[in-house]
Amino acid sequence: MSPALIITAIVTILAAATVMSLRNLVHCALAMAITFSGIAAIYLQLSAEFVGFAEILVYVGAIAILIVFAILLTRSGESPEKSVLTSGWGAGIVVSVLVFTALGWAVLNSAGLPKAATAAPETTVKNIGEALMGKFILPLEIVGLVLTAAMIGAVIIALKEDPKPDNSGRKS
Amino acid sequence: MGNMFTALDQIFVNVLHWLVSFVPEPWHPFASALLCISFILMVFPAFFSIITIFERKGIGRIQNRYGPNRVGIPFTKIRLCGFGQFVPDGLKMLTKEDIVPRAADKLVHFLAPVVMLIPVLLAYAVLPFGRNMTMTDYDAGLLFFFAIGGAVELAVFMAGWSSRNKYSLLGAMRAIAQMISYEIPLILSAVTVVMVVGSLKLVDIIAAQNHYAYGIAQWNVFTPWGLLGFMLFFIASLAESNRTPFDLPEAESEIIAGYFTEYSGFKFALFFLGEYLGMFAISGLGITLFLGGWTSPVSFLTWIPSYIWFFTKLITIIFVFIWIRATLPRMRMDQLMNFAWKFMLPLALINILVAGIWHFMAVDWQRWIVCSFLVVFSYVILGRGLMRGQKLGKRNYRYAE
Repeated sequence: MSPALIITAIVTILAAATVMSLRNLVHCALAMAITFSGIAAIYLQLSAEFVGFAEILVYVGAIAILIVFAILLTRSGESPEKSVLTSGWGAGIVVSVLVFTALGWAVLNSAGLPKAATAAPETTVKNIGEALMGKFILPLEIVGLVLTAAMIGAVIIALKEDPKPDNSGRKS
Repeated sequence: MGNMFTALDQIFVNVLHWLVSFVPEPWHPFASALLCISFILMVFPAFFSIITIFERKGIGRIQNRYGPNRVGIPFTKIRLCGFGQFVPDGLKMLTKEDIVPRAADKLVHFLAPVVMLIPVLLAYAVLPFGRNMTMTDYDAGLLFFFAIGGAVELAVFMAGWSSRNKYSLLGAMRAIAQMISYEIPLILSAVTVVMVVGSLKLVDIIAAQNHYAYGIAQWNVFTPWGLLGFMLFFIASLAESNRTPFDLPEAESEIIAGYFTEYSGFKFALFFLGEYLGMFAISGLGITLFLGGWTSPVSFLTWIPSYIWFFTKLITIIFVFIWIRATLPRMRMDQLMNFAWKFMLPLALINILVAGIWHFMAVDWQRWIVCSFLVVFSYVILGRGLMRGQKLGKRNYRYAE
């Protein structure tokens, strides 16, 4: 492990911990943006350029903004009075440690995991594009369809049910 | 003769190699990166300061006044036509009191200008300023540029929200809504270039345009899809850099200064700098994608150094930005959104189709006719659709008669 990877990992994990522990929701969202950037940095260090840039484009540029907007539109942005920790936090830690151990044990002992390091495959943007447009064209189309359906649904929810359609063309 | 021009063209590259050769071998990449970063940090802020004067004087001329014409070299009679103005401007920004509102979120308020400036500076990493003058030639350079640009929206939000001011928050909301809306036509118009060139690498995109037919360069803008794409890109980049007629986020007659209302002194200067550097970066990308980057427009002028061509094109585009700012009024919010979603987005999608047809039709005069027809037809139909229902004509005043 290179020192750069360790530093990025520490920053990412600290930011993720901050997301959970801060009271002000907007601060949490901003810390989450740092976490996303950290994950993108880790991708870049693994020389997965495309995934790294897509992570920044989608998560920092869109999802973080979406979260922040959702917070602003649904509440006043004031921080809650009571503590962020619920009363059962001790039990929560025990359960999460147990789950993590079980998952880690299962992953490490699975037969699918290659024990020896294999040669890094040549992943250029061109290869990714060819894979998306060739081998994985059906999943890509289905994802596109699902997103379109979600968008139409959002538009229908947002649509005002106006009994008198007004044709002035100046609807804001 | 030819050798001398080649040497002049590559002078910065050679100076870089020469400087790097002074440090020991294992430090070469580090030293090279450091020198490139300092080059960007020196050249573009200096360019920014010159452009502010250029803009003030240019707008002054267009609006029939003088603009700054006093400041020159101190203690002499030399006035430099007022081009020394940026030094006192900068000093004023540096020495002003830094006011932070009492209710503001101190940390976020402090971080917002920094978060604004960093992605903008990072965007310069992939721009080719001249032949062999690209700092990092990423395989997905174009994607890097757009990904980095997305982080600016977060900075705008941080500034607007942390100020605890209604005007700031309104400005930030407007800015983010506008940036997200115009980012889509921006990226879709760039996609056409990627489709035809077949690469996201900016150096490859320039190499694909570096051909000459009958002495004229084969830039992307000289094709039907390229012209439409460049127009869409240019309009969207106006909106992305919050310039008139899309400067609603900082509309001073409505919401003071938008998201940086509560910033003063050098933090304000950082926002100003970030905005202008963003404008230069996005213009540079437009030049790279559609205007052939550092290549010369005609084959007999190829001896002029490549970086001179890049900066000439950059200054020309910036001049058009300034010209538009001095000429056009501000748009209304609903006009802004209608224009982005009902006109630019469908046109950008049709342009992708046109680029596909152009790519697969035989290299012949027929594809010119088919593609030009498609572009003009869709422009007319969409334009008429957008205008339908709009009451254009003499304005009726309700109270002021």
